[in-house]
Amino acid sequence: MACKFIVFSIGLALALGIVHETGHAGEWGKYQVEDRRSGYTYRTKETRAMQDDDFQNPGMALVDEGEALWSMVDGKAGKSCASCHQDASVTMRGVGAVYPKFDIGLGKLKNIEQQINTCRTGQMQATPWKWEKGQLLAMTVYVRHQSRGMPMNVKVDGSAAPFFEKGKAFYNERRGQLDMSCGSCHEAYPGTRIRADMLSQGQGHSFPTYRLKWQKVGSLHRRFRGCNKQVRSKPYKYGSDEYVNLELYAGWRARGLPIETPALRN
Amino acid sequence: MANFKARIKVPKKAKKGEVFQVKTLVTHKMETGLRKNKKTGKKIPRFIINKFACNYNGKEVFSSNWHPAISANPYMSFYVRAEKSGSLDFSWTDDKGQVGTKSAKIMVTG
Repeated sequence: MACKFIVFSIGLALALGIVHETGHAGEWGKYQVEDRRSGYTYRTKETRAMQDDDFQNPGMALVDEGEALWSMVDGKAGKSCASCHQDASVTMRGVGAVYPKFDIGLGKLKNIEQQINTCRTGQMQATPWKWEKGQLLAMTVYVRHQSRGMPMNVKVDGSAAPFFEKGKAFYNERRGQLDMSCGSCHEAYPGTRIRADMLSQGQGHSFPTYRLKWQKVGSLHRRFRGCNKQVRSKPYKYGSDEYVNLELYAGWRARGLPIETPALRN
Repeated sequence: MANFKARIKVPKKAKKGEVFQVKTLVTHKMETGLRKNKKTGKKIPRFIINKFACNYNGKEVFSSNWHPAISANPYMSFYVRAEKSGSLDFSWTDDKGQVGTKSAKIMVTG
């Protein structure tokens, strides 16, 4: 009788163990893929609630602005984005998941911001928008927002491979007076405190994101510059090759995670 | 009238006596007046929305005075009891005296 009970207990423990394992894996639902967790999962429930409610999310204002810009005619060619690309919800769906990607003409990577400005100077014959200013941010948010919920899926092989390796090297290279690499924080200590903030895994899928600290939406390159300054190294320019390569690596780190643009972070 | 980009959410229909939620969000940088221009060292003058009000068929049902600690792009939500069909008129007043308005209609049944 006692023997039976022990067998039963072991069986129960095994069953519970399995339940616990699966329960753990699905803890964050779509915001977790294997051991990769979105920055969303490191935020407080109040911040997450703000992102979940499209009305409360102040980043959504930029989506509206981007939508208006989409059909705004500009430049000598008398075209708008919609003249070529028609309905953004169809033509731009999935774009956010694959950029930055290799551009044959340039011979290097190109991200969404650069593609928007290439369209503006080439097709529309208009002046390019300035980095980190309202219009370029709004359009980037709008374009990436069309892919919301789609898994990040950047191409890192083929012609993109050497740039991916450069991005990876940048990520792991120590820099600045503090002699720290991106990985020194984002690989060694995600989920722990860095002063009042909590470290995420250093991924690029949620950008441009509304940051409560900034009180506005900012690009991934602004975040890179912030991180670089914090380790007291000289930041690179917006849209520099170094950052675009790093953007590819950060996108690869988030592979499979859903795009959240405009996400909300603190 | 100032160009305030505001979003409001009011139910289209409500039963008489029902308490419904109103959500508002206005896009504004809410400059506190405490920051300095890093290059010149001069203070950036305060520029915030200092008053928010909501009128229901001309009668004020909610208002609040805002101060520099209010974040950029302020979100405000509150509850109103449905009485008569009509409109809810929202207004935001900033430090320069500019007023942004937006209104929504509501149908009250029963």
